[in-house]
Amino acid sequence: MIRFAAVPFAVCLALGIALAAPVARAELHLDLTQGRVEPMPIAIPDFAGTDEGVQLGHDITQVLSADLERSGLFKPLDPRAFVDKDAATHIPPNYANWRVLNAQALVTGNVAVQPDGRLAVEFRLWDIFAEQQLAGLRYTATRQNWRRVAHIVADAIYKRITGEDGYFDTRIVYIAESGPLEHRIKRLAIMDQDSANNRYLSDGRALVLTPRFSPTSQEITYLSFAHNQPRVMLFNIDTGQQEVLGDFPGMTFAPRFSPDGNKVIMSLAVNGASNIYTLDLRTRRAVRLTDTSAIDTSPCYSPDGAQVVFNSDRGGSQQIYVMNSDGTDIHRITFGKGQYGTPVWSPRGDLIAFTKIDGGQFYIGVMRPDGSGERLLTNAFLVEGPTWAPNGRVLMYFKGSPADSEGRGGHNRLWTIDLTGYNEREVPTPQDASDPAWSPLIP
Amino acid sequence: MNLRPIGLLAAVLLVAACAQNPAPTGGPAPGPAPTRLHGAVPGSREDFMQNVGDRVFFAFNRSDISAEGQATLQKQADWLKRYENVTVTIEGHADDRGTREYNLALGNRRAAAAKRMLVSLGVAGNRIAVISYGKERPIVVGDNEEAWAQNRVAITVIN
Repeated sequence: MIRFAAVPFAVCLALGIALAAPVARAELHLDLTQGRVEPMPIAIPDFAGTDEGVQLGHDITQVLSADLERSGLFKPLDPRAFVDKDAATHIPPNYANWRVLNAQALVTGNVAVQPDGRLAVEFRLWDIFAEQQLAGLRYTATRQNWRRVAHIVADAIYKRITGEDGYFDTRIVYIAESGPLEHRIKRLAIMDQDSANNRYLSDGRALVLTPRFSPTSQEITYLSFAHNQPRVMLFNIDTGQQEVLGDFPGMTFAPRFSPDGNKVIMSLAVNGASNIYTLDLRTRRAVRLTDTSAIDTSPCYSPDGAQVVFNSDRGGSQQIYVMNSDGTDIHRITFGKGQYGTPVWSPRGDLIAFTKIDGGQFYIGVMRPDGSGERLLTNAFLVEGPTWAPNGRVLMYFKGSPADSEGRGGHNRLWTIDLTGYNEREVPTPQDASDPAWSPLIP
Repeated sequence: MNLRPIGLLAAVLLVAACAQNPAPTGGPAPGPAPTRLHGAVPGSREDFMQNVGDRVFFAFNRSDISAEGQATLQKQADWLKRYENVTVTIEGHADDRGTREYNLALGNRRAAAAKRMLVSLGVAGNRIAVISYGKERPIVVGDNEEAWAQNRVAITVIN
């Protein structure tokens, strides 16, 4: 078995020293509770620097600018239109020079390479019309973490403007697909949220599916068909170590971590019946939660850990049910026509995202945890498996095209969409991709 | 929901018992089968695929076994009782018009339904392993009704 070199993700990222800023009032704000938000024009000139800092300043600016643009909430302005060519050094800025461009916000910053080789990056966010500083922070980090610094700055800007946590300093674990459709080669893959730093965590010899992040550690759980024994696995991203989870008398599948990271909840299939179990990762004790001759699968905890949402065909068709996390009070929450699957609880607790199949089409939708307020966000021949950004504002899923009998088509790709149903975008991956799972904000 | 046509199954068993000669059991030398194609060695994988039939098809989102499927499984059981050293793995598959995890469970349910019937027809359960591939290993590529129907299947594979 090929061992994939584990790149330690430990960061040595000294966080957030606030740069003096007056307390702002009457400030810039984007209200995300509205439906469609007009993107805020924002100017982000290259962060200033000397020597190596020049290129790093440019690169960091590109990454954070792209983050903000992709959110659909910001419109970074074309730098060629900027009046101030050395904008980053003006503190405070020449507000008039930005007002003429209709910039509402301005980000300035600089990058210094310290004597120890580490980067010191600082930025300031300015409100052009109120003429005041909204935020200012300084970070130090190892040079190899320059992209993370850019994402953290983008998160800080996002949070200052929207009042909600960002989601840019995150990663995606997913399944990379290649080869013929009747024998797809599927590999575990991981990349930054912006598709950078893509790497593969498995060699493709074993079929692997449905990876999910631990909320608390650099681990993922997934399904592997190694040795023709489909079993839930635990994989440490840092060390590359992996193990079969539990000792079950059949296929285990559909794993997810509990919110505290101490358990994995999954399905076990025996004699055609699939039931839901938890495995305590410390004691290795398995607990059975459901007892049916039907199919209970795709379990997902509520963020407080008190409840579990799952799909079941115990009522005759595949629908979504909620139960207490001890298996009591099982009740159905979907009654619409069609089949409902892959429920995932929002990190904010207020919504459940799902896949719906109806009339030959697949849909990604959200509803309240009691099943009310269903909203379908997107549909296609195939859209499946939503995963939430950690702030609960954006969903990622995979979208597939139909295949013809010669094996053309059948391409799966990752996409994101805003909770409002706007800003649907493809997430670039080197190969076809499916089963995305969004990490928490990287600690 | 677990659709088991208990009554139907019992009826088929009776008919089968009346209509067919009991297969020889226990003997190392297999008896000749009535309509054997040229080429396949008796008791081989090819023999099984050509002269018995390795697959049972299902309706959309169903795992109950049709009359045609029951006839196929009867032939499989007869053959397996004739060649007692053979073990098999039943692969359960689903078309790609369901969600991934549900389809893994559905494939398992289809394979288990086929196994249950083989066991009821006298094949020892410890000779039959099951595995589900859900929608991961389509038998026929293509998103059209004919391909989907071919992919809703339990395939008995000689180990």
